[in-house]
Amino acid sequence: MRMWASSTANALKISCASKAPFALPRCFSTVLDGLKYAPSHEWVKHEGSVATVGITDHAQDHLGEVVFVELPELGVSVSKGSSFGAVESVKATSDINSPVSGEVVEVNSKLTESPGIINSSPYEEGWMIKVKPSTPTELDTLMGSKEYTKFCEEQDASH
Amino acid sequence: MVLAGWASWSFDFNSLNLDALKYRTQLKKPKLPLLTLPNSYISTRGNRPMTIRNNITVPLMNLIKLGGTPILQQLHLEEKLLRTSSLNWCIVNDGTNVPTVVMGMSGVPAELLELEPVIRDKVPVIRRFTGGGTVIVDHETIFVTFICNKDDLPSVQPYPRPIMDWSGLVYKEVFNGIGDFHLRENDYVLGNRKFGGNAQSITKNRWVHHTSFLWNYDVRNMAYLKLPSRVPEYRSARNHVDFVCRMKEHISRSTFIERTVEAIGSYFSVEPIKLETIGTQNIVFTPSTRLLSKEELSAAFGSQIENSCSERVLS
Repeated sequence: MRMWASSTANALKISCASKAPFALPRCFSTVLDGLKYAPSHEWVKHEGSVATVGITDHAQDHLGEVVFVELPELGVSVSKGSSFGAVESVKATSDINSPVSGEVVEVNSKLTESPGIINSSPYEEGWMIKVKPSTPTELDTLMGSKEYTKFCEEQDASH
Repeated sequence: MVLAGWASWSFDFNSLNLDALKYRTQLKKPKLPLLTLPNSYISTRGNRPMTIRNNITVPLMNLIKLGGTPILQQLHLEEKLLRTSSLNWCIVNDGTNVPTVVMGMSGVPAELLELEPVIRDKVPVIRRFTGGGTVIVDHETIFVTFICNKDDLPSVQPYPRPIMDWSGLVYKEVFNGIGDFHLRENDYVLGNRKFGGNAQSITKNRWVHHTSFLWNYDVRNMAYLKLPSRVPEYRSARNHVDFVCRMKEHISRSTFIERTVEAIGSYFSVEPIKLETIGTQNIVFTPSTRLLSKEELSAAFGSQIENSCSERVLS
């Protein structure tokens, strides 16, 4: 699938940057396997007792250049589906919503000085917060990579 | 300036009962033979003509008209309606009471303002909840705000560019036949001159898009603002006077407001509402929009002087 997509992209002269393994390049948005996705376009990676949260490639692409990020303090409680912070891009502030409930145990301080990391590396260096989930079963309600890919396609097609 | 018949700026914005308003849509088919049914037709609801196109239900938008309301109170109202209401709102504020600087969410006073005259002249400085740049507003600024449920404009993706493009369509209609209106990068221009600053805030299911239109302005007020570090390409190194224009040279205040309300009517069923009639039940909400304190501005001025001295030493 990756080889086909890559060769097709080369033929069409479309860039499909994909640095991480097991990525599904979608030409304009990358979706990674192994992550879970919220319909508000945040991703979460659950490893042990910590869930790492950020916004997807689809989100950063649609938002435009991120110039400012507002993140919570350590120890703050976040709730699934509720806003925990905001990004500013192109004259707009946009809420970032937590895919899971829990306590914020780490915040990506690099984003204060370099908010553009969210655009260049939304799934890796652009992570936003790490949460200790209070209800890990909430992750089961989120979308997998294929489901989220289809979700994005349907959203973009309907507009 | 407070116009007769418009809401007084002294209304207590914290006592709004937003749940008292019922969301209502209306769809009324005319009693016409099918063969003569046009694509659009006029029906009436009460004393107001409504338009329905291709049997599509048109969502309601509540219209609040204000005059001379302090911009801080207007912004608090907007933030409250965005966060705690499930209805669509259009707010038109014809002028604000005193000249005020309004920065975007990430605005840094030391970078954006000439703090010495701001402090000397006691100019209020607000940091608002939306993104974007810095403006100075006064009684000759016209404010127009749209607060929408994303599902009530299903063709508009809830991201900055699509929302901006939609607003461009609305104002293109407003200025149709009046001026050479364009949405240029992220600005509204007449010709190649900017006449309004706009910004947005987007939540999971709703968004606000608001604009401060320069119906007229005092060039002396521009002296409170520094030249921003990020400028649109089309500005082409023009100074402020050559970059902006006055809307009054193209359209009257009343005509602009009337045409804006009319243009919104293409997308919504617009219902004028007086602020005082919304209700009195308290809704607890703490806005993020706030007035910067004298201490904050003084501290910023201090850092501005330090940076200025450092630059001189280095050079």
